[in-house]
Amino acid sequence: MKTIFEEHEAGRGTAYLPSRKVDLGAYLPAGEIREELPLPELSEVQAVRHFTGLSRRNYGVDNGFYPLGSCTMKYNPKINEDTARLAGFAQVHPYQPEATVQGALQLMWELQRDLGEITGMDAVSLQPAAGAHGELTGILIVRGYHESRGDAKRTQVIVPDSAHGTNPATAAMAGFEVVHVPSDERGGVDVEALRQLASEKTAALMLTNPNTLGVFDERIAEIAEIIHAAGGLLYYDGANLNAVLGHSRPGDMGFDIVHLNLHKTFSTPHGGGGPGAGPVGVKAHLKDFLPMPIVTMENGQFHLSYAAPHSIGQMRSFYGNFGVLVRAYTYIRALGGAGLREVADDAVLNANYVLSLIKDHFELPFDRIPKHEFVVAPPEDLVRQKGVKTLDIAKRLLDYDFHPPTVYFPLIVHEAMMIEPTETETKETLKAFADTLCQIVDEGRENPDYVKTAPHNTVVGRLDEARAVKQPRLLERLGG
Amino acid sequence: MRFTPHTEEDRREMLRQIGASSVEELFSDLPQSVRLDRSLKLPEGLSESEVARLLSDLAARDLDMGQYVSFLGAGAYDRYIPSAVGELLRRSEFYTAYTPYQPEISQGTLQAIFEFQSLIAALTGLDIAQASLYDGATAVAEAAMLAWGQTGRERIVVARSVDPQYRAVLRTYAHGRGLEVLELPLRDGRAGAEDIAGAAEGAACVIVQHPNFFGLLEDVDSLVKATHEKGALYIAVADPISLAVLRPPGAYGADVAVGEGQGLGIAASFGGPYLGFMAVRQEYLRRLPGRIVGETADKDGKRGYVLTFQTREQHIRREKATSNICTNQGLMALAATIYTTLLGPDGLRQAAALSVEGAHRLGDGIGKVQGAELAFSGPYAAEVALRSRASVGDVQGAMLKAGMLGPLDLERFYPELPGHMLLSVTEKRTSEEIGKLLDVLQGVEA
Repeated sequence: MKTIFEEHEAGRGTAYLPSRKVDLGAYLPAGEIREELPLPELSEVQAVRHFTGLSRRNYGVDNGFYPLGSCTMKYNPKINEDTARLAGFAQVHPYQPEATVQGALQLMWELQRDLGEITGMDAVSLQPAAGAHGELTGILIVRGYHESRGDAKRTQVIVPDSAHGTNPATAAMAGFEVVHVPSDERGGVDVEALRQLASEKTAALMLTNPNTLGVFDERIAEIAEIIHAAGGLLYYDGANLNAVLGHSRPGDMGFDIVHLNLHKTFSTPHGGGGPGAGPVGVKAHLKDFLPMPIVTMENGQFHLSYAAPHSIGQMRSFYGNFGVLVRAYTYIRALGGAGLREVADDAVLNANYVLSLIKDHFELPFDRIPKHEFVVAPPEDLVRQKGVKTLDIAKRLLDYDFHPPTVYFPLIVHEAMMIEPTETETKETLKAFADTLCQIVDEGRENPDYVKTAPHNTVVGRLDEARAVKQPRLLERLGG
Repeated sequence: MRFTPHTEEDRREMLRQIGASSVEELFSDLPQSVRLDRSLKLPEGLSESEVARLLSDLAARDLDMGQYVSFLGAGAYDRYIPSAVGELLRRSEFYTAYTPYQPEISQGTLQAIFEFQSLIAALTGLDIAQASLYDGATAVAEAAMLAWGQTGRERIVVARSVDPQYRAVLRTYAHGRGLEVLELPLRDGRAGAEDIAGAAEGAACVIVQHPNFFGLLEDVDSLVKATHEKGALYIAVADPISLAVLRPPGAYGADVAVGEGQGLGIAASFGGPYLGFMAVRQEYLRRLPGRIVGETADKDGKRGYVLTFQTREQHIRREKATSNICTNQGLMALAATIYTTLLGPDGLRQAAALSVEGAHRLGDGIGKVQGAELAFSGPYAAEVALRSRASVGDVQGAMLKAGMLGPLDLERFYPELPGHMLLSVTEKRTSEEIGKLLDVLQGVEA
């Protein structure tokens, strides 16, 4: 497909604004006025066809099954798209007086309260823009807490070797040294190793539970005890909350801080890479450290409160990705508490169902009851003798119109494939996917080259990633 | 409502296949002590028609910029968005997709980001742009981190005329890395090059917004010169619409340009989701935070796009990554790409020019209002800072009564500017609306 720069033809543009001539020289110093503006010109029809064409070269949840592990690619209800666009939400300026935005503030206040109930936390900030931004907020709260106690020796954040890359990156951004704790043979935190690592230097432990292997860390109470006894805080990465909604809450597991991914658990669309939202909840003793502002209620009136003495400050402009918050609020109101618990029930049921259908065809690094996702690897003979790897299976899935699972993560499993079906899929879809996976294993044994050169039915074949780095072409300019 | 399709019969069959007797059994590894032994205390679930009603009732409690004429700006603008932008953004192949990890089925998202990077590079006059950051404020903070990584220097200098929200976020991020933040004082509402010599000694960067938070043009040439004399990076904060008519950062010597892209076709939406952007000179490519898309080819030589230079990123580099950012503002970058493509160079220039013209019509009018005057003396673009005899609250009240929103109380962020306020003008504001605002100001001062 052509780019907008290749479609350019001077004079094709559409006038969307009044065409009145403005003499900029009357207002701005001559030397400041820009002369050249090398942007493409397309007619509206060209532009609409261009972007429609691009959309057809994309694959979303609405196109088909998307079992991308740790990403919770559930269906995004359409009502959410309508509510977020209501004029009273979308056409509201963040600096409007409080009295003119009571609806928006009430929505935020109720969402703070509801997310607190869902996670078992006492106070919630809706400000963070995404999961990693929530992590940074949480770890800065850790820093603020220890600093407020004059506890300067806590320089380390402990992160499991199965953690998302954002965890160690976040800890470093907040100025901490990252210490890795290994996993045990059952896929959980190696508690004995943790005991050795926990010390007066420990600022926090960052944990996902169920973890990235999809298994629930049964020794969570013991883990919390070790960290708390050492004087550290326990941070919950909410990427996998979908598995335990209504069953177990991070607050009840002993966590002090939690971030949520509204674009995972609470059905807001991922947008091809955002916007997300990463609210952060804390226990009462950390409430004063939350970023400002928080929405408060007094006599039925809602306010933006900046009165937090120990606040870590502000994490972004204004109050959060409000449009995303409206979608999540809509979802929570539609489902209610019972509906949310059913989400976890079926997310776990679906993962176990798919696993039961493929487990004889794949390697299982940990043979346990998974929660909402699980990790497998291709059979050894396929990898060793035929040279067919996880990447090849993923690419072959594209030919069958499935989005592949997350691959090569978590790092601790060789040739990992991490499968998260989510609760919104039918039994027939799950079965078809499982059958296809098994069929690809057979194909790999019979005709390995065909699988290794997949995909065969997509608009482009496997792309040369090395070339993208060696001969970088990161943008296009008008006229080439 | 529920979006779980299983019938009871489905569940039974699936459990039989799994070899479990109940769904509860699949949760049997959750220790009793951490289980929630009650229902979540949330309102009962609703039908779609009830949810729709609930949300429209809530939204109706807000005044919106469709009913009220907005003179609020200061980082978020009420601009005209062509219908085609909203229409295309609702293509669910775009909005229901994840980050483009599988390039063969994500060419739409990837090519759109490539085009976005190209447009941002063209607007800023710099060499390379990345895929997006959360918003203008975090883009400023990330730029400071880039400068720290590049120079190893632990002092960040920022002009006080930079958006107060951006400075607040910068302080939060800098505290994490243990960096010092120093502000250049206001000199008649602007940064002074003479202050840089002292402040920028051993600094990683100097951050200046142009036009600044008050809409004033900074003396960028002398600020850049003074910054580079100290070996610091010059970080320009720019509004993308203003870049259609003003000399771009690349042309006046900036090393990094960042900003808020909300003006490019994104609704004000009570503060988010917005769009941070960042463009840099070639030599800082490997220090960029977040995603970068590059062009390449498949084995048949067919052109395609991939996420590239990923060794900078958290999923590869972990604690050594340039940033922890993962999910960014992909769909907002798409909105900006569609908007900029539709408006083209003439449309973008016209949006900027009409805004500047309207602001000056307002500014000139304020000069004639007894009791009110422009707060600063320098040239300005599309925001008007003024001080008045009447209190900011009275002005706000009178405007609201007349069906208008504004102004922003500047004292809230600048204790040194009591009685000062900021009005903003976009291409949507008509001469009649500006005239009416001047009448209101006249009335409240009288």
